[in-house]
Amino acid sequence: MTGVEQGIRDVWFLSMQGLGHMVSTLRAKGYTVVAPMVRDGVIAFAEIASVDQIASGVRDEMGPGRYRLVDDPLSRVFNYVVGQDSPKRFFFPPKLELVAMHVEGKRFVLDRTAPKPPKLAVLGIRPCDLAAIQVQDRVFGYGDDNAAERCESDTYYNQARKQSLLIAANCTQPGATCFCDSMGTGPRAKEGYDLSLTELGGGFILRAGSDDGRAIVSELPVREPSPSEIELGQLKIDQACERMGRSMDTDGLKELLNEQIDHPSWDEVAKRCMACSNCTMVCPTCFCSTVTDSNDLATDVASRTRHWESCFTHQFSYTTAGSVRSSLRARYRHWMRHKLGTWWDQFGSSGCVGCGRCITWCPVGIDITEQAAGLRGHPQASSHGGKRLSERGLMV
Amino acid sequence: MSGITIPVQTDKPKLAVYKFSSCDGCQLTLLNLEDELLDIANAVEIALFLEARRRVLPPPYDIGLIEGSISTPEEEERVHQVRRECKYLIAIGACATSGGIQSLRNWADVKEYANLVYPSPEYLKTLEASTPVAAHVFVDFELRGCPISGDQLLEVITALLAGRKPNIPSYSVCMECKRRGLPCVLVSKGEPCLGPITQAGCGALCPGCSRACYGCFGPMDQPNIKSLGGKLTGELGQTNRDMKRMLRTFNGYLEPFKQASDEYERLEQQENQ
Repeated sequence: MTGVEQGIRDVWFLSMQGLGHMVSTLRAKGYTVVAPMVRDGVIAFAEIASVDQIASGVRDEMGPGRYRLVDDPLSRVFNYVVGQDSPKRFFFPPKLELVAMHVEGKRFVLDRTAPKPPKLAVLGIRPCDLAAIQVQDRVFGYGDDNAAERCESDTYYNQARKQSLLIAANCTQPGATCFCDSMGTGPRAKEGYDLSLTELGGGFILRAGSDDGRAIVSELPVREPSPSEIELGQLKIDQACERMGRSMDTDGLKELLNEQIDHPSWDEVAKRCMACSNCTMVCPTCFCSTVTDSNDLATDVASRTRHWESCFTHQFSYTTAGSVRSSLRARYRHWMRHKLGTWWDQFGSSGCVGCGRCITWCPVGIDITEQAAGLRGHPQASSHGGKRLSERGLMV
Repeated sequence: MSGITIPVQTDKPKLAVYKFSSCDGCQLTLLNLEDELLDIANAVEIALFLEARRRVLPPPYDIGLIEGSISTPEEEERVHQVRRECKYLIAIGACATSGGIQSLRNWADVKEYANLVYPSPEYLKTLEASTPVAAHVFVDFELRGCPISGDQLLEVITALLAGRKPNIPSYSVCMECKRRGLPCVLVSKGEPCLGPITQAGCGALCPGCSRACYGCFGPMDQPNIKSLGGKLTGELGQTNRDMKRMLRTFNGYLEPFKQASDEYERLEQQENQ
């Protein structure tokens, strides 16, 4: 759904009070409603019981390695962009017990299997995060029967997504580290939402993108929007495009990343990268996990747990022959090449949605847009003898 | 690694807890495992643990937990005896794995300190440097932290008894912090947090209380201290002296914190000239 021209019947005006009705309607329908809240001075998604828990009257200021939430005299609801966390953790939890069992005689007895996900309504998803959910849908094989057949779909993720309701909030106030416009993911939610909101002075332009969304609207106190309200909504999003803090030139980027594998900028970024893994933890599309088995001293129960893992850790690529990517240079390059390049081969899209979190939450402010732009500069003689990795036959 | 072979004379593996130069906090972590203590006592014979019981069973022991740094000539001798007594020796805590807070004296004149502190320093027998257990004898495993994490201690004991590899990560505190969804105190508050260079294991305890990590678990695998130092001394206004002191507080004598703290000391002296 991209605008009024696709059918006026799917566009409404929802008042500020109407947002409260939306929250209570969702809760009455059995949804666990999660929305942006203020937590220790940062916007974070968490479960809300009522509309007044949604962060409002605040604005975020961000830059490389810096984030501050400040009072906003405009007192709008969605006048901030993205906080540290994306809705990722609700579909792909950072820690998930997959199975627990114990031995009885000669057989295993099952004690627990992975928990059932709650029926989630995520309210106030930014278009970049909405695009990220669609990226993860492909990663975890959501709605893909072939993936399920090949055992390449994630059970928890699929259950959580199947019963979820996604309510997007279009961006009218982008942040200094945002570059969704150049990644083609925002600031307007294009697809994949059940409902979308565009905030105006006294309410919201509300759109439905699915039957589930329409069913919710039928229970809300909405009215027809005036043409000027619709126009104002469009204008605010158009203006947001012009105020993007950053941009990424994606033209030929995948090929560039393949060609510039020995570019000296990789050495420069390796001096700054701490391999602390913050970028991958806050990235809404990063999907790596590790599975550990453990046992309990008391009950003799053995359990298998999945945790978020990161390609920046030394043990991530550890094999009997040692770590495949032992240097920080190799790890940063691997992450960025995957995110912007080889992701296309693997999943048919970019792995970057332009939310800017990896720039903001990198403690030393490494900027992926700057890194990408730097590769377009003239490469100088590399400390690695200028020999292509493919020639050396080793990805180190 | 196979499970521990149970000695003939007792039906359970024997556990010993040794103390060297330390505050006893790490030993107490074992006692603090209140919910699991009975299970531990069920799984192992607590043969030597003076903080908990008077009875001492004779060596050999299957698992030895050793707390504290080697700081006196007597300890230097005794640690070899401890090694001989234990099948598996696990160093627990910052003192045993790095030399601890008391290794601050490794950068100073011990005699001068002793003269200031004690009325009769001639009775004092102390080594020039406080060093970790591994500097003297082979240790099978090390648990970091000041104090150690109870969960990690339980994990190591459980893994050892089951004959599996313990799940003890070597990555940064940030991983645990972000998994918990805690707001980053460095980025959102400008706190001088050592999380990005410090080994995980505490469960991001300090950031969970909105405090900056002060590195009590020591350096992570391949820390980039220089990069974090650039941020802390630049944008966040820490001095070279601050950096030196932060790095030396708990694990100062452990590389690469030692080398980095020496470098910040050099920069500090340069400034003062």
